[in-house]
Amino acid sequence: MAEPGTSFSQRLGPALLDSLLAAIIAFALFSLLLGLRTVDSVTGLTLESRPTLLAIVVGIVFFGRLLLNLFVWHGDYPITTPFAKLFNSEKFDRLDIRVLGIVAALATLILAIGIAIGNAASQLVGICVLAFMGLGLVRRTVVHFFPNLPYGRIFTVGGIAFAVLFPITAYILEKAFHLGLPLRYFFDLSILVLTYVMLGWGLNIVVGLAGLLDLGYVAFYAVGAYTFALLATHFGLGFWICLPIAGAAAALWGIVLGFPVLRLRGDYLAIVTLAFGEIVRIVLLNWTDVTNGPNGVSGIPKPTFFGLPFTPTGDATFSSFFGLKYDPIQGIIFLYYVILALAMITNLVTLKLRRLPIGRAWEAMREDQIACRSLGINTTITKLSAFSIGAMFGGLAGSFFATRQGFISPESFTFIESAIILAIVVLGGMGSQLGVAIAAIVMVGGFEALRHTEHLQSFFGEGFDPALYRMLLFGVAMVGIMVWRPRGIVGTRTPSIALEKARPIPKDLVEEGSA
Amino acid sequence: MAYFLQQLINGIALGSIYGLIAIGYTMVYGIIGMINFAHGDIFMVGAFIALIAFLLVMSLGITMVPLALLIVLLVAMALTAMWGWTVERIAYRPLRESFRLAPLITAIGMSIVLQNFIQVAQGARVKPLQPVVTGGYTLYEEGEFAVNLSNMQILIVVTTLVLMTVFWLIITRTALGRSQRACEQDRLMAALSGVNVDRTISLTFVLGAALAAVAGLLYLLYYGVIDFYIGFVAGIKAFTAAVFGGIGSLPGAMLGGLVIGLIETFWSAYFTIEYKDVAAFSMLAIVLIFFPTGLLGRPEVEKV
Repeated sequence: MAEPGTSFSQRLGPALLDSLLAAIIAFALFSLLLGLRTVDSVTGLTLESRPTLLAIVVGIVFFGRLLLNLFVWHGDYPITTPFAKLFNSEKFDRLDIRVLGIVAALATLILAIGIAIGNAASQLVGICVLAFMGLGLVRRTVVHFFPNLPYGRIFTVGGIAFAVLFPITAYILEKAFHLGLPLRYFFDLSILVLTYVMLGWGLNIVVGLAGLLDLGYVAFYAVGAYTFALLATHFGLGFWICLPIAGAAAALWGIVLGFPVLRLRGDYLAIVTLAFGEIVRIVLLNWTDVTNGPNGVSGIPKPTFFGLPFTPTGDATFSSFFGLKYDPIQGIIFLYYVILALAMITNLVTLKLRRLPIGRAWEAMREDQIACRSLGINTTITKLSAFSIGAMFGGLAGSFFATRQGFISPESFTFIESAIILAIVVLGGMGSQLGVAIAAIVMVGGFEALRHTEHLQSFFGEGFDPALYRMLLFGVAMVGIMVWRPRGIVGTRTPSIALEKARPIPKDLVEEGSA
Repeated sequence: MAYFLQQLINGIALGSIYGLIAIGYTMVYGIIGMINFAHGDIFMVGAFIALIAFLLVMSLGITMVPLALLIVLLVAMALTAMWGWTVERIAYRPLRESFRLAPLITAIGMSIVLQNFIQVAQGARVKPLQPVVTGGYTLYEEGEFAVNLSNMQILIVVTTLVLMTVFWLIITRTALGRSQRACEQDRLMAALSGVNVDRTISLTFVLGAALAAVAGLLYLLYYGVIDFYIGFVAGIKAFTAAVFGGIGSLPGAMLGGLVIGLIETFWSAYFTIEYKDVAAFSMLAIVLIFFPTGLLGRPEVEKV
């Protein structure tokens, strides 16, 4: 590859060659899998060729790589630099401003054309680019004028305040002005995000703090969900009684599954926990007498507000007690606050535990298990406590999931669920509570947003079904974010305890333990 | 007795397929110490490439089955090897110096990508293929029950044995094998003594993927149906096999594959078929608890 500093025409040759090579490889990779498609017919499988699709994909690879080669990777002035400078504190030079200006002008043009011809996809592209640049500029301005504000704290407090006020405010605004907001959808999505935030925080105890890689976290989620669902449907117990029972059951399972894996390290531990997760799912699927097998458990009751149910009729319902008009959205708002409270409890407990001897033992074990043991820390108890406390939060989240859905089946507890939770923890920056929350919003929110992509459908034509591409994009995002920022979204970690002032330490100084 | 013998034969055939996939896991783990989580899906991609190549070869009018299978085998090995190489290049190489969890996460991501790519490109329905290799021998008859050894099973075992031997020779006798073993012991030292570490690691992925393609083809021919999800369970079981035999050890991977195949077959035959995966996974936990380094693995020295 050409060195930086060579002229454009000198770089063009090697760049073309490299892109051609990439295109050939892409052709080989996709020739059979994309270029041909197996179709069911009367005589068995037959093939149908799709040369246009293959040509488009190979073309994208060729031109994409050519552009990357010329302007991003090996240019004497990689055009990613000005965008990076938007988000750090380096000074802009003239070229940066020119590039940013041109990009902003282009984005505005695309946006204007998009509005003029009514093409949703180009509007989306224009808005995204402008929003990204605007965000960078706002950040730079704020940092320029107030360099020493405690941004982390402001962000946290702001986030919590928003989370607490958002549903009530939205509800009141909607009732007062009839804005026609899709409240139901807003709240359902926020509840989903918060469930994942809670799961992420729970798993963060095991992975982020104790350094034990758990790929079967969904097992505890399932144990919590099934404990509550079965107790509720068989014995008629309510959510609030079952919640602690579900948490305790999950914690117990954490210990039971934790015992055999005490001696395992690193990746071995990961694969055994994965196997446990699968075992739990298979048992739930096949133990039909108790779990009703693949048909799942339905008719799970909703939580009550101190004994007042959210039903339209009855003697003492929430709405009649407070003299409100019945509205199904009240129940959803209540669910939102329940999961918000559960998530905040998870967070607070984690933050407190980090300062207690047990939390410090976890972090010591993550950094170096042998050193930890030679200091007299009982690694057995340390590991089991991490497993069981993490599992307990998983179980609590599970019983919330069961009560929200009203129906659970083993389908909801597949490995992919564990992978999503783990991805949230690692992409968020392990051990960082804020990072986990951001990652949950980005991954789950982005993932859900793809459900509603009529724009893309108008762009790619009728045959394009976005739902099919969701998981594909999710996987691509997982790989992409990891390669781009291996240390996670929040790249620094505040030490749990420090002499004098607590300064954030960069992640690359913190080695993840081998345990 | 006849039933037992029949299950033994079935188990060995299944175990050979697991063994072939397990080699990919064991080599990669041995050399860079990561679980190539996407390897099971590489196997699945290999099976799909084999299926499409087979249909293509048939539609081109080559009806001589051995020739067609040979062409399919070579095409599938070459293209799947390329997939293995690409996955390493895109998802693992940039994270070579990163912390240990990072490549595992990209591996899980890659596994999701491959599964869904195949689902999008080829559809979610199962793909049936009519039996290609038919016939067999009756070894032994006991009343009503006959013990059969099908040609397919012979093909599986023979292919596996041949490939294992070739592989064993590559690892022990060639320069590539030497650099592989060098990288396994100490990557930095290997680089200092002139081994191209990146190239060696890439080749490891290529070889592992090629074997997975063979496994994919054999699976396709043996079971006659594939879908985009076969890679996940087969991958975990093959990894179990690799761990069982002692990770990093080639004979261990083969032995582990056979043991897992036999456990699964016998469990399905004598107990409940629903819990066969539970049996295989529990085996993994039990083995790791009592032999943390597997049956043929070297004990790992713990250093501070």
